[in-house]
Amino acid sequence: MTDITASHAPVVGRSLWADALARLKANKAAMFSLIYLALMAIVCVFGPYLLPHPYTTIYQDYVRTPPSLSAYPRPDMIETALQDVVRRMRADLEEWHEQDERVFVTVSSAKAIDDRVVRYLDRSNTFNDARVESKSPDGLKLTMSASIKKEYFLFGTDNTGRDLLARTLMGGRISLAIGLLAGFVAVVIGVLYGATAGFAGGKTDEIMMRVVDILYSLPFIFFVIMLVVFFGRNFVLMFLAVGAVLWLDMARIVRGQALSIRRQEYVQAAEALGVGSWGILLRHIVPNLLGPVVIYMTLLVPQVIILESFLSFLGLGVQEPMTSWGVLISQGAKNIGSANWLLLFPAFFLVSTLFALNFVGDGLRDALDPKDR
Amino acid sequence: MAGNETILSVENLKIRFRTLDGIVDAVKGINMHVKAGETVAVVGESGSGKSQTMMAAMRLLASNGEAAGTIDYRGANLLNLSKSELNEIRGRKVTMIFQEPMTSLDPLYTIGNQLMEPIMRHRRIGREAARQEAIKMLKLVRIPEPERRMKSYPYEMSGGQRQRVMIAMAIANDPDLLIADEPTTALDVTIQAEILNLMADLRKRLGMSMIFITHDLNIVRRIADRVYVMRLGEVVEEGDTRTIFSQPQHPYTKALLAAEPSGHKEPVPKSAPTVLAGTDMRVTFKIGGGFLAGDPVYLKAVDRVSVTLKRGQTIGIVGESGSGKSTLARALLKLLPSEGAIQFDGRSIEKFDPAQMRPLRKQLQIVFQDPFGSLSPRLTAGQIVTEGLLVHDPSISGKERDRRAALAFSEVGLDPANRNRYPHEFSGGQRQRIAIARAIILKPKVVVLDEPTSALDRQVQKQIVELLRDLQKANNLSYLFISHDLAVVRAMADHIMVMKDGRMVEQGSPEQIFDHPHEDYTKRLMAAAFVDHAEAKV
Repeated sequence: MTDITASHAPVVGRSLWADALARLKANKAAMFSLIYLALMAIVCVFGPYLLPHPYTTIYQDYVRTPPSLSAYPRPDMIETALQDVVRRMRADLEEWHEQDERVFVTVSSAKAIDDRVVRYLDRSNTFNDARVESKSPDGLKLTMSASIKKEYFLFGTDNTGRDLLARTLMGGRISLAIGLLAGFVAVVIGVLYGATAGFAGGKTDEIMMRVVDILYSLPFIFFVIMLVVFFGRNFVLMFLAVGAVLWLDMARIVRGQALSIRRQEYVQAAEALGVGSWGILLRHIVPNLLGPVVIYMTLLVPQVIILESFLSFLGLGVQEPMTSWGVLISQGAKNIGSANWLLLFPAFFLVSTLFALNFVGDGLRDALDPKDR
Repeated sequence: MAGNETILSVENLKIRFRTLDGIVDAVKGINMHVKAGETVAVVGESGSGKSQTMMAAMRLLASNGEAAGTIDYRGANLLNLSKSELNEIRGRKVTMIFQEPMTSLDPLYTIGNQLMEPIMRHRRIGREAARQEAIKMLKLVRIPEPERRMKSYPYEMSGGQRQRVMIAMAIANDPDLLIADEPTTALDVTIQAEILNLMADLRKRLGMSMIFITHDLNIVRRIADRVYVMRLGEVVEEGDTRTIFSQPQHPYTKALLAAEPSGHKEPVPKSAPTVLAGTDMRVTFKIGGGFLAGDPVYLKAVDRVSVTLKRGQTIGIVGESGSGKSTLARALLKLLPSEGAIQFDGRSIEKFDPAQMRPLRKQLQIVFQDPFGSLSPRLTAGQIVTEGLLVHDPSISGKERDRRAALAFSEVGLDPANRNRYPHEFSGGQRQRIAIARAIILKPKVVVLDEPTSALDRQVQKQIVELLRDLQKANNLSYLFISHDLAVVRAMADHIMVMKDGRMVEQGSPEQIFDHPHEDYTKRLMAAAFVDHAEAKV
């Protein structure tokens, strides 16, 4: 292309970012993954508010219920639940039948039955709106009615009778939040540290990178156990531990990039213009670093999620009743023989999210460095 | 000298690339042929499709490119051959050497390994025989001590030697056709001449045909039998070298031939005030050393050189790569630590720290060689041009900056409407104009021009040279013009310094240096650069 050929052109330029975006949009796998991730985030953030079951509520009647699309309770479960309730009333079950979405129960006892036993029905997870229908004159026989509470457990319930769907979404919230926040923390620290070291060069660079080497040599698990011992288990600690380890990689990558950018002619040109160190760092070095940083960040987030899962699996992560995908998978793994849905659902969520993140990372790399293909 | 048998014929070749902006037609249906034993040059500026044609013949197009038509090698259409059939021809009968000798050799293998591999693969002979053959090839391309060099890695060799190795690899299997894609562009003039002689000699001895892709007409005149002139994906003219040079038909060919930089600069009056002066400048680089690394090695990049630049003067500094000319200029601008006295506008600035230098930076500007590397890819052209104003005139408003950017754009001959575009949307020549605008927007007194035209096509080069001359007249600028291209220096400078190995070998007026050089080195330099002119005149 020469000066002659490429003159009359549109006024507004298209930046490299706009170019990269166009390339990303052409990548189907990456775009599908992006949409999937957005949906996953929305479902995990807003889903728990819309579900009828809070993630902490224990349904004693529904311990380890398998996942099902139809409503619970099933007829045989009504019988069991009734027997359970009647036993608590210290009475005997005479007869029960279902009519117009209500169950009618007749109980008898050797002693007179108090009307207040009807509360036992209400207390059960299966029934509500219980009332006395009729009572025999001697008070030894009581007929009550109650409506059946319909419950949906799409993902089934766990060992203590909590809804797995609510828990999976809650766990997703925690895992994604840790992934994003710790990833973000690692990127901010890593970019600033690495760019400073790379740009300053010389002795400053040497010292800063030796500090990174020292931090590298600390065993990660040992580091986390130390933190847990001193500060107890909490959520913030997770960020600290994960962020504190992962920024090291970022700092090294960014430093290498900064070193090479510093030798570019446009940086020398800026020096010749008299631009100060901060101007060069912020106007020239950091913007040109962002490509690799964005790519690395999409690969960092899954790494953080896996680390958190790993810590939670070992019991060093978030605490009950709060949960995360890692915790759920660890519990599911213990029940793999008897209740495999406890493992399958959270594992599917985690794996599909990681897949999507990797596809996005791949797509971004291709979009930002088209020459590398 | 051309034989009768046609060994390569290109018919109705079309190459298109799928890009985000739609389909780009790089080559639009061209015809070409090469006969046995002849040298054909393909000339054109960058983007004319000359390289892509050859890449298509070697089936090395980028993944988004596709070729239609036929490229016929002795009856086989190279575009349709299967991979294994193709490899029987490619690298054996048709070979290629590339422009950049620094990157076309694998840095992890020795020269010997890289030479022996294709020999063993294509001739199916043993290691020892291949080794002997490789040594023979290295001798053929005149590499000293070939046995020892077999064990060298590419980084241990100079650019010229690497290009010789590339040639050895290309001719190792006795090819019919050698395609050379700008093989000498990245090399110094003296080495360029040696490589060209070597290639011409080899062609004669081995009786192969050669396709020579270049934008340098001097090379064409020296080496080619026939010429194809390409422009925008089409062959606009073809014919004998002699005919093309003496009676060009197409206006584009005429323009190419006329693109040789011309004119000369009148010397400044003796009374002109001195702007920038360096006395006994020395720059030493420390290599290695430090903790556990042993004793450092000191390299004298510039060794006691004095320069006096007067107002309105252009000093041309010439020399091969590594002669210290760029280092000297950077040291004078205090972009590198140096020893020796520097005077700017009557003030001694050699002891100034960066903070003291900052206000002076406005008046001491530099334009770099590579118009692709010297503009930050994430800023718009307008932002790049006005960055200096941010530093030296922080009080002016964004609007005023924009106005001045537009002004600077029209001053360097660019359309101001394009100031919001990004560097990658401009061509090489336009980018160099942006770099010049960035320097002159600050109204400097001294501008260092570090090979500002070497990365550009001849025609664009000429435009840039004229732009620089106009700017000098309009603003009474002083230039330090660094270049290894002597034709450009001759057109630009009124005083010339010749440097070699960090020392100044000779200096004087252009007439003195070009027509009556004293030193041997200068004579050699002139001979290498202007041999064709001499021949052409005869």
